[in-house]
This record gives sequence, C-alpha cells and structure tokens, in this order.
Amino acid sequence: MFTYYFDIAVRSLKRSPVLTGLMVLAIGLGIGASMTMVTVLHVMTDDPLPGRSARLFTPHLDPLPLNYKGIDLAGVPNANLTWPDAMALLHAHRARRQAAMAGGSLLLWPDSASHLRPFYVDGRYATADFFALFGVPFEQGGGWTAADDDASAQVVVLADTLARKLFGSADAVGQSVKLGDHDYRVVGVVADWQPSPMFYVDASANRYGDADQFFLPLSTALAQKLDINGNVSGWASQSNDLHSASVTWLQFWVELDTPAEVASYRRFLVDYSAQQKALGRFQRPATNARLYSLMGWLRHENLVPNDVRLQLWLAMGFLFVCMLNIVALLLAKFLRRSGEISVRRAMGARRRDIFVQFGVESALIGIAGGALGLLVAQLGLWSVRQRPDDYAHLAKMDPSMLLGTLVLAIAASVLAGLLPAWRACRVAPSLQLKTL
Amino acid sequence: MHIQPVLAALRHHRLTTLLLVLQVAFTCAIVCNVAFLIVNRVQRVSVPTGIAEDELSAIRSTGIGKDDNPQARHETDLAALRAIPGVTSAVAVSYSLPLDRSEASYGTCPDKQALDRAMQIMSMDGTGCLNPSMYDGTPGLIATLGLHLVAGRDFRRDDYVATGKPAVAIITRALARHLYPDKPALGQTLYVGPDTMRVVGIVDTLLRPRLREPSVDYDAMIWPQLPGGHSVTYVLRSAPQDRERVLKTAAATLISVDPNRLIEPGAAQTYTQIRAKFFRRDTTMIGLLIASALGLLFVTALGITGLASFWVQQRTRSIGVRRALGATRGDILRYFQTENFLIVSFGLVPGIVLALGINLALMRFYELSHLPLLYFPVGALALWALGQLAVLHPALRAAAVPPVVATRAV
Repeated sequence: MFTYYFDIAVRSLKRSPVLTGLMVLAIGLGIGASMTMVTVLHVMTDDPLPGRSARLFTPHLDPLPLNYKGIDLAGVPNANLTWPDAMALLHAHRARRQAAMAGGSLLLWPDSASHLRPFYVDGRYATADFFALFGVPFEQGGGWTAADDDASAQVVVLADTLARKLFGSADAVGQSVKLGDHDYRVVGVVADWQPSPMFYVDASANRYGDADQFFLPLSTALAQKLDINGNVSGWASQSNDLHSASVTWLQFWVELDTPAEVASYRRFLVDYSAQQKALGRFQRPATNARLYSLMGWLRHENLVPNDVRLQLWLAMGFLFVCMLNIVALLLAKFLRRSGEISVRRAMGARRRDIFVQFGVESALIGIAGGALGLLVAQLGLWSVRQRPDDYAHLAKMDPSMLLGTLVLAIAASVLAGLLPAWRACRVAPSLQLKTL
Repeated sequence: MHIQPVLAALRHHRLTTLLLVLQVAFTCAIVCNVAFLIVNRVQRVSVPTGIAEDELSAIRSTGIGKDDNPQARHETDLAALRAIPGVTSAVAVSYSLPLDRSEASYGTCPDKQALDRAMQIMSMDGTGCLNPSMYDGTPGLIATLGLHLVAGRDFRRDDYVATGKPAVAIITRALARHLYPDKPALGQTLYVGPDTMRVVGIVDTLLRPRLREPSVDYDAMIWPQLPGGHSVTYVLRSAPQDRERVLKTAAATLISVDPNRLIEPGAAQTYTQIRAKFFRRDTTMIGLLIASALGLLFVTALGITGLASFWVQQRTRSIGVRRALGATRGDILRYFQTENFLIVSFGLVPGIVLALGINLALMRFYELSHLPLLYFPVGALALWALGQLAVLHPALRAAAVPPVVATRAV
C-alpha cells in the first residue's frame, strides 16, 4: 500500500509542478535558515571535552569586601581566585587532580639560525597537573613535575605547531627556547589540542581564539614577573602584587569522580570560606563559595551572544511563516482533488487511507524540501564562516545536524500537511461524485 | 466596488483565507520589527567620532628590546614620518583612538566633596563622579585629529609630562555638561584619584574607544601626557587617496629608522578600515536582517500568488459565467484585486497587535526602544503593495478567461 501511495503522490506532484516547486522552495528556505542558526547555536554550546566534562569542576570563592561595587569591564572579580586561595586549595588535595592556571603572552626570540623575526605567542601558566587533568595528549616528552613547580624550574611545553615552526621535524625535547627575557628548556610537545570553547580561560579572553602555544610552570611565571594575559582585579592598595590576597587572577579546575566527592568538595569550599572569614580575610558569607561543573560554568558565562539568539528567533519565525504558506497551499491542492478522493472513498477506501495518502504526499514534499534546505543551510553556514567573529570558523555541520535537518524538514512538512489531509479525508463521497 | 460578493465568495474558503490572513499578520509583525532593528543598527554604525576620519590612518609599532627613553624614540620616528610626502601631520598615542577598542578610563570627580563621597561609599553611583576615557598623545593631537576647540586653549609645550599625571586637561563638551551641569567647566578642577587637573580647554565632540551606552559615549578627556612603554600608535593625517601609500611607506620608514620593532600585518590601517572592523558585527547583522525581511516578503508573495492562481483555476467556470453575463475584463481584474486587498487588510489588524507584542519582547531581552507608530502605516502600505503585485499575474490570467468557458461542460 505504501508504494502505491508513493506512486500517486509522485504523479500528483508532477501534475502541478509550479505549485510543488513553490512548496519545496518555501520549506527549503525556512529549513535552511533555521538549521544554519541551530548549527551555530549547537557549535557554541557544545561539550568541549566529551568524555571528561562530567568530571571537571571549577571552584569560585568570594573574597571581595562587603561593600565592593566597583566597575569591572570584564565581569565580577570573584570569577578568579587569589594566589593564597589557589595555593591553599591546591595543597589541601581534596580532589583527585587539580590545577591552577592563568593566561600569558610572551615574545618569542627565534634563534638566529632560523630567519624568523621575533613574534608574540599566547600560552598558559599552569601547575604540573594541568596535562593529566584535561587529558592533553603529548607528541614528545611529557609535562613537568610537582618538584619543578616548587623549584620554579625554567621549563616549557610547546604546542606541536610551534615546535614544528621552530625546530622542524627534529626532536624538540631538550632544546632551548627564548621567551621574553629568559631561556627555557623544552620538556615536552603536546599534540594540537584545542577544546572549543576553551572553557578554562579567563572570562574576558577569547574562547574561540587560537590554541595555547606554550605552557610554563605557574611559579616560574610569578618568579620572573611575566605578564598575565587576562583579568587581574584588585580592590586594595597593592593592586599589582600577584601574591597579594586581594588580587584575583587565577583560574582553578579540579577533577571529581563521584557525586559524593562533589558534595564533599563543596562542603570543603564552604568550610574554607568560613575559616577565612573567621581569620578576618573574607567578609562575605561562606555560602557564597560555588562549585560549577564544566557545562554549568559555560551556561553561567552565557557564551551565546544576543545577536546569535536574535538570529535564531528570526530564523524560527521565518520557518513558521513558511509553514503557514505550505499549509495553505497544501489545503488548496488537496481540496482541488475532491473528485479523486470521492472516487477512492466510493471504491471502499477508509478515511484513514485518504489521510495516510496525503500524509505521504506531504512527507515527500518534506524530503524534497529537506534536500533543498540542506543546500541552503550549507550556503548559510559558509556565509557564517566568512564572518570575522571568533566562533565563526566552527560553523560546520556534523552528522547529527545533517540528520536533524532532514528530520526537521519531514516533520515540518508532515505537520503542515496534517490539517489539509484531515480536511481532505472528510470530503463526503457522494456530493463530489454528483458534480463529476 | 461591491465588497459583499467578494466576502461572500471568501466564506467558501474560510480555512485558506484564515491561513493567508495569519501569514500576512506574522509577516507584518516580523518585518516591522526587523525594519526597526535595521534602522537602529544603521544609526549605531554611523555614529560620528568627531575626528577627521577620512584623512587619518594609524600604524602600531611594538618595540622589542630594552628602551630607556621611549619619548626620544617617538620623536625620531615622528620626524621621519612627517618627512613622508603626503603626510600633513603626525602624532603618537599610547593605544587609545576612537573606535579602536582599547580604552583607558579613570574615575573622575567634579570636586572634592564628590570625591570624598565616592571614596566613602566605594562606588561612583549618585556622587556626580564619572568614568570618562582618557586620550594621551604627543603635541599636536587636537590639530591632527581635526577636533574643534570650542572654549579655552590647546596644550602648550610645558603642559606635557612624560611620567605621572599632568596638571591640566581638555575635556569634551558632553563631559563638561555631565560633570558641571550648572556652571562653565573651563577653569574647574577635576579630581582623578589622588590627583587634580585644571580644565583648560573644551572640544566639541570626541567619541570613546569602546561604545557603552549613548549617554556616556562622548565622555572623554585629553591629557598632555607623552606615550611611554614599548608599544605606540602613530596617527598620520594625509589626503584621503594618499592613505594607503602613506601607510606602506610609513611601515618601511619605521623599520629603517629602527629595525628593533614589530609591526604586525594588521597594525597599519586607515580609519575607514578601523571603523569597518569595529562595526563588522553590526554590518553583518544589518545584512542578515535585510535578507530575512526580503525573504519573508518573498515567501508571503509566493503564497499569495500560489493561492490566487489556484483560486483562479478553481473558479474558471464562474468567471466565464460572469463574463458571459456582461462583466468586463477590468471588472474581473478589479474583483481579484479587491479580494486580495481585503485579505491583506484582515491580516494587518492582528499583524499590528503582534508587532507591538514582539516589540515589547525585544525591548525586554534586547534593549530596544518603542516601535515608532510611523512604522505601521508604512508597513501597511508595503504589504498592500506587495499583495497587489503578487496577485497581478493570476488576476490578469483570470481576466483573460473567455466567456465561452461558461458554455462548456467541463
């Protein structure tokens, strides 16, 4: 029976090519526009580290004075930790793995053998556990140890792209690199690793920008007074001393495996804040301490710009108007064939057979419209990729989005065809037969 | 034209008419708001900076290696830059330029009482203190940027300092009005943190590097402070058509004067490029909004044409009968045009209500203002025109139906 419906649906669509063309165009445009924006949204809110993100958390404390109402261009200062707090959390070892980090930007001096001019590179200052915590894969060598952290060793881990640029295909481990005013010994090279969005960067940084090209021990960066690339906020007089208890600049991430560990870490944060309050450092309630999961933190940061949301709503509105269009056209088309319907009914077709027949026809239009919609969406995503926005280069369809497009198209068509099909199947056979 | 017969005929196609009415309503609602958004964005994108944009270009140089006397280096560089043919004047600034994103701003209070109040409550709200942006620069900044001094004087040589804060400042008219609403600002003392500065001049308009909200966007002050540090931006003034050539020569000149510097590929831009880069997101949005409005109108027109030609096909017999009874082609044409006019009119009523509703939602989530009432008559006219255009082809086909159709049995 299904092939029969398919057959008559194809014939009927071929009989009125212009009308069919109009409907396919309407669905195609509507679906294409919507799927472009849905893909962009999907890319921006996607899980950056699938498989690990459920175990990663970031603690936030509230060391600000009670009456702090200062203006901060890049968010509230208590999104980052102070150095004493970060070190206290690190040394308490309440989580399986933990790392403190901050962004840095240094001038790299290539050696005179290569004919490269000096250039700036962005990277991260972190503690030893950073690589194990985020599962960063190594191409050569490995990270540094906790002993290197304590000794402020002058070691560096490079990204593969940078290592290749400086040393070609030679082994980079053991070589020396001059960053800023100091030389560092390369202990490892990481494969190109760039979770998107880069959830671990400072709130003011570009989350879809370039990957980190170097990794240095945090204590080394402090000892050598290297520049911090990120929000350094202070509220007391020594606003430039990074060791101070009233300057926040560090990001902190921990790995917690079970819900019990998560609960106990939360309790630990509240206890720590209460303790600091008793010591007179913290002024705000101890319960202000928070522990965000990775996805929770991304949601909190509200990475999707208002513009993208507006575009999504616009696309949805467009799809809705397209669907209204389709409903009207389908209604007109189906009711025109009242004669054919009454003949079928007179020959014994039940109402639901007519309903299914027209449902199949709507679905067929949906498939054609979906194919066109895919093309329109690819065009739309290409135009998004040309934009200079940070997230723009990520706008690509993955298999789940491709499937989603087709499913949406067919669903929209079938939905649009429900009302016309229902009206068509209620055609009284005898009345129509008389006028044939 | 009698509307009664048209309405009576529409009653037979209630559902389809309703759908078309809904379509017109939603299109009207969405297009009115989109048009408003477009106008808003275009206003934002064409915000005046107050400087002579079409004659200016900027090149950013980052020094590498030790530098004990950046000011001397800037002087040498500026002398070399001024020697380039086509350059009428050149100055150096640390990094702040209108629409160039990097901003330095300082909490500024109009008098001692305001400063004390602000320190006490640790906030600037309600004290009269503001957070204007600061522009520094070598002598000649005002002339090079093309700013208009409306009161007071430009800086003198001895006003300039290389370290620490200067003793005098020039502020914009907007800042003067906001800080000193009831007295002339010239000669007043500004309290910037622990330092004080006397206002010696007022310029007409100068935009901040980063836009915040319209009420504070023109709050800026200029300090006679020489840029220090190893990064500096050189602003060059020349004829509009010379700017590209001047920039290329400037980059080469700076490297030849002192090769110990970095000039990144994107660091030399004319002001047209700087403005385009700052507003790129808005320009893209404008393009997208225009495309979606046109797309929506196109789809609605498609719907009207499709449905109208379908109805014409369905009513061929009755059209033939009417023609046989004496109706002219013009009557048939006018019939279909009136029908379309009525449908669009029915759609406009809920459309306007919906437009207001969408506008309220946008106001809450998107910081928009009220939709001006002018958009409704304009939108109505646009949709009527669109409907008439869309129905023209099917209506002409209907008018071409010969009366003999009435006599045929099919």
